[in-house]
Amino acid sequence: MIDPGLIADLYVFVLAGFLGYQVISRVSPLLHTPLMSATNAISGISLVGSLVVAGAGYNPLSTALGFIAVTASTVNVVGGFLITDRILKMFKASR
Amino acid sequence: MQRTLLQLFYLLSAILFVLGLRGLSHPRSARRGMFLAELGMLLAIVGTLFHHEILSYRWIVGGLVLGTVIGAPLAIWIPMTAVPQRTALSHSFGALAAALVGISEYSRHGAQLGAGRVAVIGVEVMLGTLTFTGSLMAAGKLQGLIRGYPITYRGQNFGNLALLAGMVGLIVALAFMPGAGNAFYLMVALALVFGVLLILPIGAADMPVVIALLNSYAGLTDAAMGFMLDNKIQIITGSLDGSSGFILSILMCRAMNRSITNVLFGAFGKVQELPAGEEAKKPIRQTSVDEAAEVLGTARSIVFVPGYGMAVSQAQHRVRELADALKKKGVSVRYGIHAVAGRMPGHMNVLLAEANVPYDELYDMDQINPQFAETDVAVVVGANDVVNPAAKRERDSPIYGMPILEVERARVVIVCKRSLAPGFAGIDNELYYNENTLMLFGDAKDTMVKLATALKQ
Repeated sequence: MIDPGLIADLYVFVLAGFLGYQVISRVSPLLHTPLMSATNAISGISLVGSLVVAGAGYNPLSTALGFIAVTASTVNVVGGFLITDRILKMFKASR
Repeated sequence: MQRTLLQLFYLLSAILFVLGLRGLSHPRSARRGMFLAELGMLLAIVGTLFHHEILSYRWIVGGLVLGTVIGAPLAIWIPMTAVPQRTALSHSFGALAAALVGISEYSRHGAQLGAGRVAVIGVEVMLGTLTFTGSLMAAGKLQGLIRGYPITYRGQNFGNLALLAGMVGLIVALAFMPGAGNAFYLMVALALVFGVLLILPIGAADMPVVIALLNSYAGLTDAAMGFMLDNKIQIITGSLDGSSGFILSILMCRAMNRSITNVLFGAFGKVQELPAGEEAKKPIRQTSVDEAAEVLGTARSIVFVPGYGMAVSQAQHRVRELADALKKKGVSVRYGIHAVAGRMPGHMNVLLAEANVPYDELYDMDQINPQFAETDVAVVVGANDVVNPAAKRERDSPIYGMPILEVERARVVIVCKRSLAPGFAGIDNELYYNENTLMLFGDAKDTMVKLATALKQ
């Protein structure tokens, strides 16, 4: 009765959560701000879902919503990576 | 064939994202890590552009161009003090995208959806919508567009819980009647309101926790979108993002010795009226710029303790200049940074790095506390609650139990402050009345410049 695809998705979700916990726990507290802007940037991956909605021409409403979604996700991808790099460039060791 | 290829692209992107985040374990490897993550994003986007369902690129290109035109200037020119607002705004954009795609899915399929599918879409749209308005509220509070102090009213928590129950109830109802469009759009409207109400009772000083929490909601929204579209890369990214936000919220709460529920519902940061006349009794030791410069110039080791007050008066560059003048005299200079100093996790480190303070001079609380006993002078610039010894001693203090930077153990403490006004927690600071504390009143920036000039003579 439950879609087997959904179960596979749950596996992925839970395991990625554990992996995330391990990886993020090791991030230096110095870099918690760029960590947030970096996760902002990669969460712009919602772009991949938005692209299809904007381009598939399902109906005018979907295309309009998809267009706004593509715009909003692109702001995150472009802005997120740019500001993360700008912040990381400022962290220098003493000469 | 093409679909399998796209899935392999996504798998590669997922690996690159994880490696990218791993790079952030040290400033040396961080930029390289981000390059990998950027590559992963490029692969995922280019791969998706070949998706079999895409017929026209007109609106896609339009969205990509418009998003770049909005996103790039926001990232390139925004001052570092405004990074928390930008981050909150970015959570709201991501959540908006997810909510709109969810609404499009529902509007296309509506009544034909099965119970499970419609519930997934409902949860996705609910999370996306409430994160959208919640993050806009947080950004507004951080930018000062909305007043920063907590707004409370009778029955607030009850009202919010009822609203949440209402939304969940509507989603359950939709599972039985997938075609009930009115129920769906009512749920969206409730979620819009709920996001706003959720942030109202939270004060500006609690923003580090709230931003981290909204980060985790934004991640969950992204993962829910992945469930909705059966897209694994979004589930993985959302899960990574969600756990990152969750870990950061826990760290911030721990740094304030408060529980998440207390932050969300506690309305901390309301100014408490002090009983009149009490503060006048206790004597303080006020000092002059020349005396303070003398103390600093003869010290061997100095620890600066910056707080958000330093960022407000943009004094970080002047602090670094003072530190340079001291280092020239052979004084060892370090910085002690509390996890909740600033408006978002790690904010103070960024502000100091921007002022060219080398990152190896920045110490977190656990690293610097054991060293205060061997420190000659601790200079507190714009920090207040995070150095208040009442957190250790006074059981009835609102900040009791919060781990603090133990500056009072240094030989001398110099506190640079505008006046004796209380900090965000609205309570008096015992540190100011200690024997070894010198109060240096004035604007932080001015004071730093004057001290540096006095030292050079």
